Amino acid sequence: MASHGIKDQVAIIGMGCTQFKEHWDRSTDDLLIDAVTDTLASAGVEKDQVDAWWLGTAQSGMSGVTLAAPLKLQNKPVTRVENYCATGSEALRQACYAVASGAYDIAAAVGVEKVKDSGYQGLNAFPIPTDGTQRTLTAAGMFSLVAPAYADKYGIDPNELRRTLARIASKNHSNGAKNERAQFRREMSVDSICAMPAVAGMLSVFDCAGVADGAAAAIVVRAADAYKYTDKPIFVKALAMVAGNASGLADPEFDYTHFDECEAAGKDAYAQAGITNPRTELAMAEVHDCFTPTELVLMEDLGFSARGEAWKDVEAGAFDLHGDLPINTDGGLKSFGHPVGASGLRMLFECWLQLRHEAPEERQIDTADRGLALTHNLGGYPGDMVSFVGIWGNRLG
Amino acid sequence: MRGIISAAGYLPHWRLQREAITQVLGSSAGKGQRSVASYDEDSLTMAVDAGRRALGAAPAANPAAIWFCTTSPTYAEKTNATIAHAALRLGSEVIAADAGSGLRGPAAALRSALHSTDPAVLVLTGDVRTGPAGSVDEKDGGDAGAAVLVGAASADSGVAVIAEYLGGASATREFLDRWRSPGEARTRSWEDRFGEQRYGDLAAQAWEAGLKDAGLQLDQLDKVALVGPRPRASAALAKKLGAAGVEVIDSLASSVGFTGAAHPLLMLTSLIEQSQPGQVIALLAMADGADVFFFRVTDQISGESGTAAGVTVADQLDDADNTLLYSKYLAWRGVLPVQPPNRPEPARMSAAAAERRLDWKYGFVGSKDHESGALHLPPARVSFEGGNIDDMEPAPMADVAATVATFTVDSLAYSPSPPVVFAVCDFAGGGRLPVELTDVRPADVTIGMTVEMTFRRLNTADEIANYFWKARPVRGQGTAPVKGQGTAREQLEKTEQD
Repeated sequence: MASHGIKDQVAIIGMGCTQFKEHWDRSTDDLLIDAVTDTLASAGVEKDQVDAWWLGTAQSGMSGVTLAAPLKLQNKPVTRVENYCATGSEALRQACYAVASGAYDIAAAVGVEKVKDSGYQGLNAFPIPTDGTQRTLTAAGMFSLVAPAYADKYGIDPNELRRTLARIASKNHSNGAKNERAQFRREMSVDSICAMPAVAGMLSVFDCAGVADGAAAAIVVRAADAYKYTDKPIFVKALAMVAGNASGLADPEFDYTHFDECEAAGKDAYAQAGITNPRTELAMAEVHDCFTPTELVLMEDLGFSARGEAWKDVEAGAFDLHGDLPINTDGGLKSFGHPVGASGLRMLFECWLQLRHEAPEERQIDTADRGLALTHNLGGYPGDMVSFVGIWGNRLG
Repeated sequence: MRGIISAAGYLPHWRLQREAITQVLGSSAGKGQRSVASYDEDSLTMAVDAGRRALGAAPAANPAAIWFCTTSPTYAEKTNATIAHAALRLGSEVIAADAGSGLRGPAAALRSALHSTDPAVLVLTGDVRTGPAGSVDEKDGGDAGAAVLVGAASADSGVAVIAEYLGGASATREFLDRWRSPGEARTRSWEDRFGEQRYGDLAAQAWEAGLKDAGLQLDQLDKVALVGPRPRASAALAKKLGAAGVEVIDSLASSVGFTGAAHPLLMLTSLIEQSQPGQVIALLAMADGADVFFFRVTDQISGESGTAAGVTVADQLDDADNTLLYSKYLAWRGVLPVQPPNRPEPARMSAAAAERRLDWKYGFVGSKDHESGALHLPPARVSFEGGNIDDMEPAPMADVAATVATFTVDSLAYSPSPPVVFAVCDFAGGGRLPVELTDVRPADVTIGMTVEMTFRRLNTADEIANYFWKARPVRGQGTAPVKGQGTAREQLEKTEQD
């Protein structure tokens, strides 16, 4: 077995998430304090009751001091983690395992990113000294390679695929418009998205995730203790992670129409959770829609659509808010925005709301009673990525 | 017998019509066109391109030295030639040095190589000729690289010469004609008539002495190349040659321009390429003096070695993009500052990291797993197929053609000349690299297109020029050398058959 998992051993008892936007008036410290304060209130625990903390941030700070200093924590262990754009999920994963191990009673996972202080649009990686031969493409450029490869492989007219990708963006904008925490709250029609100028391959800026500042957090306890804090805990069903070995960049077999890391993480997660048909067993999924072709391909990698069929399911509305498997009901990275270290926890935040029937009425899904939700969070590029899949449930068993 | 073992010229892909300058500046820039180095080319990359072909044409020859000449060096203080040494994957026992930064460097290096006792010496030249808008160097200049492999014919080692050196001479006298301070863009000059006359006198002096040294009479000559920054300086000599029935070959002034330190060897290459076995030829180079070299072309010119095996200067004259905008030219040369994308500029490369990966960065050498045959670009210690550790052999890939598996055009990425055209390239016989394309217009890229590798300057940060390889479309039979592997097209056809 790839992993034993910790199904039903730990639970989430409180969550918080700031608005994601260009927080010109908020520092990293402010965002951390706001998210943690809301989260502690949600869980009904005091700061000092949290035994250990995990902080996910890709490049807004180094070390646990980034969290301990603004919160003025007293002699607590704080670990800063980084795993590309899956950083937030990684913090959560570590906190869950820490509680499951018995080492701590209460752990917190916090994710934050302050990307808008860089002065540049988009995300910018911290420069590590290299031999200067690394590719210079943007993430949009790398993911744009997926669209023509997918169209070619499945014999889809590129103009038709263009509209399918726009439909994904349009759906996420529609969902985000119903979310007061989302960065972009304007609905966008398929036609208006298709009319935007291309910036990378066939992708326009409306195919790209919003870039925002933000923070989110969760409190984790043993499942046995969960009902002490809330009558609606969310139980951890599966935590799966794959760090790809980048062979996709060097292996001519890789065809840019699927992400092996995501497929493998999904399979591991389904095994841990005991899921055999994700399309019908899951109530919803939050997936890493960094670019529209990513969401398209993920529908297949995660087993929601057969290979080569996701574009048809997208067109049929299967993944719409009231479709048979709602995807990115909070607007996703596209509309909610993507503060790198916070995004994985933001995904869980939406599952937390939906599975507890606490989402705003205008975006509460019909399928919540299925009781299971999935978060998928990746980092890196096609052929060269890390992928996280978590499965969460509102009841034991 | 000592002489030229092989010779290769390199003309960049782009041409600027002089009419395009006229249209913008108003005053006539003359007729014809000039060659233009792309934004990612410089004197070194063009010299390397020519050098790859010169060495590729003579696989049996092992140069003991490379001398690099340019008036537009990447570095002062640091030797430029070592970068070419790395890109050409020469052994550490080979000396690599710059032959000065003046126009006379190539003639001096050629003379030194011809008089050397080394079995083979590679003389590399490259130059980017530019200046302020409307300057003589902008209008009449051109960009090019050229390489001449000089050495002794040897039956034992299988090295032959395509042109036997018969003799030559030099004439030197200090006078101020053209000058430029290091780092300056503008070249200044004294009154034309003064330089023309001084060069005329020196050329006549060297010419007569050279004929004597070679034991030749004027009527024994067939073809001559006259090279210098003052075309009219050699008018008297040209007239004399014409009267004697000696052909003075085209100076490339109207099709390429005067390519500075690259021009003497570019013209020598062109001269040899135009000649028949047995013909006697001469190169007269005028640059702060005059140097003349006489050769007899051998029957090797049409054989396996020599320039006949590669792409000629004439081939490259035809194979070019003639529609470069003057504004683009000005931007590429930094004369017209343009707004860069609002992205962080690249960080400088690490000297230590670059040195550790010398073969990859400069030589484009990957690694191949012994057991699985899986090709790794960049080289790896652990195979992605089978997982064997440290069981790889070097895989030199610079001369291997590739096809475009998929591609994209990125308008957001930082580039000295956006947009970035980027392709996933699959190499003939195995191996893949996602890499930037160059010398191509975005609309012309197609899946399945054949590309070949070319050594380029990716960017400059902290005054460190960052060199690596890009892929460019194969035009015609391809211009990259393919030692014993056939042309780029043949390589891919062979792969398809396999």
